[in-house]
Amino acid sequence: MAQKNLRVMVAKPGLDGHDRGARVLARSFRDAGYEVIYTGCHQTPEQIVEAALQEDVDLIGLSCLSGAHKHLFPRVVRLLDERGAGDIPVIGGGIIPDKDISYLYEQGIREVFTPGTHIQTIIDWIEGNVTPREAL
Amino acid sequence: MHKDQTDMSTAERIRGGDIRLASRLIRNLEDKNPRAREVVKELFPWTGRARVLGLTGAPGAGKSTITDHLISSYRATGHTVGVLAVDPTSPFSGGAILGDRVRMQKHAEDKGVFIRSLATRGALGGLAAAVDDAVHVLDAMGMDRIILETVGTGQSEVDVMNNAHTVLLALTPGLGDEVQTLKAGIMEIADLFLINKADQKGASKLYQELMRMLNMVSEHHSGWRPPVLMLRDIAHPEDFAQQVEELRAKIDEHYQVLVDTEVLAQREYRKARLQFLNSLRTSLLDPVVHELEESGELKDIVQRIADKRSDPHTLADELRSRFLR
Repeated sequence: MAQKNLRVMVAKPGLDGHDRGARVLARSFRDAGYEVIYTGCHQTPEQIVEAALQEDVDLIGLSCLSGAHKHLFPRVVRLLDERGAGDIPVIGGGIIPDKDISYLYEQGIREVFTPGTHIQTIIDWIEGNVTPREAL
Repeated sequence: MHKDQTDMSTAERIRGGDIRLASRLIRNLEDKNPRAREVVKELFPWTGRARVLGLTGAPGAGKSTITDHLISSYRATGHTVGVLAVDPTSPFSGGAILGDRVRMQKHAEDKGVFIRSLATRGALGGLAAAVDDAVHVLDAMGMDRIILETVGTGQSEVDVMNNAHTVLLALTPGLGDEVQTLKAGIMEIADLFLINKADQKGASKLYQELMRMLNMVSEHHSGWRPPVLMLRDIAHPEDFAQQVEELRAKIDEHYQVLVDTEVLAQREYRKARLQFLNSLRTSLLDPVVHELEESGELKDIVQRIADKRSDPHTLADELRSRFLR
């Protein structure tokens, strides 16, 4: 009857004010039919996780251009686990050196998208890997 | 698992502060999941304690910023706060950018604050219904102040605002003639007018226009003449916070007037009536539409009307005599 919308959070952890990429993605996700919760810059992992719980999101997309991804991304995953929400997939993007990607996978980041990735590639990944939460 | 047990534990867990589950319930309400209605039935006895503030205004009027500061003010005096922030759904893709949290993220980790964003999803009645129930959910969770924030442009928002005890309309200088166009809808239901960004040019002109409009009202219900407040100098946090305190005092004063004049009871009656009619519509209409969709009959009906072979009223009346008997 009613459509079920995917709820996706786009957040920028850490001290990094370069949000153009995150905004472009948020807009693209909107155009793909998702409900996008955009929380802006300078977020702590704690803020991101609490917002994700309050918004019941199906996916968290993190953007980081500051170089602190190896610290911030895994911390979001760990905090989600601690709050009993380890089922929410986390993906990341930004300036991520190739050599760091396997470490991020090990830490539970589901996918990493680096500069030059076509937006449709990201949306295809979401379509293939993320479904709206089951009803109560 | 037995259905009733599941529902009961869901309601209890939500009342116990499980925010993710509460958020899921709101989502299921938006999706019109019939099981979500069952949970709301269980939560309902615990509702009725929260004071609900409706905050509306044009995009960019500063609603989220005002909400952010009101949260701080309420928290400073020990209240718990629930926020429902409504943003529009794209009519083309069905997606939405829910960006109100950007201004409120400093409260993200505060356990006494629960912020939930909602998309309008294009369905006006549907939004009103989901918001009705979302207010009940937050209320049952023990949030004693609820802020309902929505872009206000006309009639549909008036419906949503019927949930609120106090309606606050945020305006900014420079609207000019747009104020006139607002008059018929949202301007009539505001209990408080707020001129935000009042350090900008045109604030005093807007103030005068509002005064003129209010002067033309022959009788203010319950004797409450909506005050016009100003917010300025957000760059000076202490001054701004002080103005927000004055705003909050006016909100509290209005609620007291509602209590003293029995208008509160009238508003509760009006709210109950609307919510019942919404729910009745859902429980009568949704199964019918569902059946027509499943059987493919809906398509035929619509095509017949589109081809001018029949009219919507005749076919609706036919269906009524078939289903309602």
